[in-house]
Amino acid sequence: MLLANHPLLGKTIPGDTASRLNIRAADDTARFSLRIDPAAVQSAGTAFGAPLPTRIGGMVEAGGRTALQLGPDEWMLMAPVAEGDGIVDAFSALGETHSLVDVGHREVGILVEGEAASLALRSAIAFDIDAMPVGTGCRTIFDKAQIVLIREDKTRFRIEVWRSFADHVWGLLQAVSREIALGI
Amino acid sequence: MLLIRCPYCEAERPEVEFTYAGEAHIARPTNPSVLSDDEWRDFLFIRSNPRGRHFERWRHMHGCGRFFNAVRDTVTDKFAMTYRAGAPRPSDEEIALAATSAATRAKDARP
Ligand SMILES: [Zn+2]
Repeated sequence: MLLANHPLLGKTIPGDTASRLNIRAADDTARFSLRIDPAAVQSAGTAFGAPLPTRIGGMVEAGGRTALQLGPDEWMLMAPVAEGDGIVDAFSALGETHSLVDVGHREVGILVEGEAASLALRSAIAFDIDAMPVGTGCRTIFDKAQIVLIREDKTRFRIEVWRSFADHVWGLLQAVSREIALGI
Repeated sequence: MLLIRCPYCEAERPEVEFTYAGEAHIARPTNPSVLSDDEWRDFLFIRSNPRGRHFERWRHMHGCGRFFNAVRDTVTDKFAMTYRAGAPRPSDEEIALAATSAATRAKDARP
């Protein structure tokens, strides 16, 4: 990835105490946008090296790889950076018609963790975060910026945001962390 | 915040994720060159614009990305039901049934 231009590299918002809220930039990762006929989802899973979910919002994590279904024929795939080229090779050998686009440089990840994580996200996301099941993800709007939100655990979320919007999202998270720390 | 049910995501999602896309069930003429200028104008520009029940297109732009159809009351802004693009215009009975089940579903909605 073009780390020299990474807007959030190494940044952290410590929050009030480590247990209540901790926000930090996620480690670099390989990312792909996959479009394929849902009928071919099994062979796509074989190419990816981990099964793909079959329900919009569903997510499967296996062997360090993550697949999230965003639309009827759209998946977001994530894997360790070093495995990105291998995934491209595997898909180019796939017989099914598909589109696999490397979007690794387009986005940055932000980890929002702690007891107050859903409270922090609620400040800029319109749907009921607490009702979001663990192990699911979806595209949505954070303030005015489009993001993908993943609930990794009850108190741990991951935001995937286009790098040009990352500063905006980060600034709002900084402000809300301050509000939570002050108890307002 | 208005919640709209996306028939592809099968979930109630906030209004900000959606964009409006005009009246539904307007089929493009199969052979435009046989149409008169007036007929072509009607296809392009003339819409029913009712006061009350309206069949319309929406797009889950910042979600799954899909276009779908909705039945909405233009006076109350209440959505009676949504259904997938390509499905036929629902009947009065289907709309009434969908509105009832939406009321029960609202209690255990998932985001
Ligand atoms: Zn949708």
